Amino acid sequence: MKLEKGIPLIDQHDENGYWGGKFGGNQIAESLNYPIEELTREFEKLRNDETFIAERDYYFKNFVGAPTPFIKLENLTKHLGGAQIYCKLVSKATGGAHKAYNAVVHSLICKRLGKTYIGGDTGAGYAGKMLSMAAAKFNLKCKIFMGAKDVERQSINVFSMRSYGAEVVPVNSGSQTLVDAVSECMRWWTSENEEAHMCVGSTVGPTIFVKICAWSTAQISREMKKQVMDEFGEVPKDMKLINCVGGGSSAAGFWNEWIDYDNIELIGVEAGGPEGSSKHAAPLTNDSPIGVLHGATQYVIQDDQGEIEETDSISAGLDYPGVSPLHCFLKETGRARYTSASDEEAIEAFQLVSKNEGFVSPSLEPSHAFAEAIKIAPKLSKDTIIVVDSCGDSAKDSKIIAERLGYKI
Amino acid sequence: MTSSTLIKSFERAKENNRAALLTYTVGGDPDKKTSLDIFKSIADAGVDIIECGLGHGANIGDGGAIQDSTYRALSNGIKTNDIFEIIEEFKKDYETEVIIMTYQNKIMAYGEDEFLKRCISSKVSGIICVDWPWPLNLEFAKKCKENSIVFIQLLCPTTNEDRLQSILNDAHEVVYYISMLSTTGQKLKVSSDEIKKKFNLIKKISPDKKCIIGFGITADTINDFKDTDACVVGSALCREITRSIDEELNPATNVGNMVTDLKQKLSS
Repeated sequence: MKLEKGIPLIDQHDENGYWGGKFGGNQIAESLNYPIEELTREFEKLRNDETFIAERDYYFKNFVGAPTPFIKLENLTKHLGGAQIYCKLVSKATGGAHKAYNAVVHSLICKRLGKTYIGGDTGAGYAGKMLSMAAAKFNLKCKIFMGAKDVERQSINVFSMRSYGAEVVPVNSGSQTLVDAVSECMRWWTSENEEAHMCVGSTVGPTIFVKICAWSTAQISREMKKQVMDEFGEVPKDMKLINCVGGGSSAAGFWNEWIDYDNIELIGVEAGGPEGSSKHAAPLTNDSPIGVLHGATQYVIQDDQGEIEETDSISAGLDYPGVSPLHCFLKETGRARYTSASDEEAIEAFQLVSKNEGFVSPSLEPSHAFAEAIKIAPKLSKDTIIVVDSCGDSAKDSKIIAERLGYKI
Repeated sequence: MTSSTLIKSFERAKENNRAALLTYTVGGDPDKKTSLDIFKSIADAGVDIIECGLGHGANIGDGGAIQDSTYRALSNGIKTNDIFEIIEEFKKDYETEVIIMTYQNKIMAYGEDEFLKRCISSKVSGIICVDWPWPLNLEFAKKCKENSIVFIQLLCPTTNEDRLQSILNDAHEVVYYISMLSTTGQKLKVSSDEIKKKFNLIKKISPDKKCIIGFGITADTINDFKDTDACVVGSALCREITRSIDEELNPATNVGNMVTDLKQKLSS
């Protein structure tokens, strides 16, 4: 399995949609074949259409708030000694995370397809919240599928989605979490695809959804490349880019422009779950078996019967049993290194970063990435640059973190 | 238990001037013994082919009624081997053909070759895999053929004519036409005539292939399909199992009665 230079990562799949001939694909019911072919054709056209690109950039700039800041974490660098730590503060994007990019692009595509109805899945509620925001802006009817358990524990986000006019559908099947929400959303689309468009909330699902999502979040590295040049005057010789990985949409976007730079190390941090627990959401780190989930081949946490196993992580955004085919490919080609951080390490990282930096207060997802940075930075020289993608803001996790730390709010 | 005996089931029905009747229930729902009783009861009621679901929790094609059946079986600890054992036991006493409907990850986890071996030893004559579309399934379909198991390709209303031609060209003796764009068990949202129009097109391209029609067919509409090759009723039966369990009645008896009624409606 080999990575090609000079070809965008999202285009390095074969004619059947498999990266490295193995990961991804369109393992879908025959009734989804036509809408997927239609969407594939339309997207290939749009990504080369200057007016569409201009429209995307306009909304990214004026609504999502691109570019997000690229800053040096001086206090944390000093505290840890060793490598210099920088941060791409994607949490400053409208809505508080990177999910807005994919939501805006899917809404624009939906309109171009002449459809007036959009549906999507959500776990913690971020993808659903941003999709309902975008749908409201673009006058689209919106339906969000969310596991019944998540509806309960993320009630604030559910309220937001409903405020934007979206219909939130609690999914009562299976574990009643993200994995079931995605399944139900795909079932819905199977019935409604003549009138409706589907947005998959991460770089997962059939190939075209992986591509659209990564193409959208690539905005993160596109703007960052310029910021890096402004800061250092050149691409640093020794740079490490650390990102959390659940489905993998944020990491795919954060790394996209840097894949061809061999001197830049890409580190993905999965959710290791509670310390001492065998449950985790780290299929790459723990070499989970390869299987088919939501229409794509990938490493997936499953039992010997092929049944998807429940995952456990303090971070709802990383709590997904599968992982993007893009990351399976990057792992297999050795281009990226994947590791995991436990719930406890993530909480400690959240505390250390917040206490030292104030303006940067990562949500539990990027706290996993910070945990890795904190682990390796002291051992590295000051010539090494570490950049962490702080892809979410801690406000949404206040209650969970406070409870963990023994505060009542 | 081979492709030729499966075809005979269609031909026998045709001799009686009707379409073959297929039932879909989830293997192991609600447990091994009851599931076997249900199969026997369905067979006694005169079904032509039993379609046995090897359920998958993260399925993307099942409607609510079948999902309920699947979760009931899975949460009672039913494993792939249990399904094969139910079929094996059933086939000791019955000639009725059994085909399996499942999802790709169930086959992958079991191992493709092992899965086929076990199909042969338990006398399964056909396989439908919902999320393994043409042409990705061709290699596996070939393995099925080598083992005299019919791999049943799926077709649907939005399969365009080029694709239809290609799929039919590669298809084995039996194909399955998904009558409408939906998951299983939703109300029929297209007319029976419209479905038959597509059925006739399929038959025009491939007169020798048997075409099963499925999705949305109930006791109310089944007679409309009398002059086709075959039709499936599934969700209504799964719902009946759920109702019987909830009301502490015998699911095997009730599902059997339902199949007797369906068969009668299809024959009248």
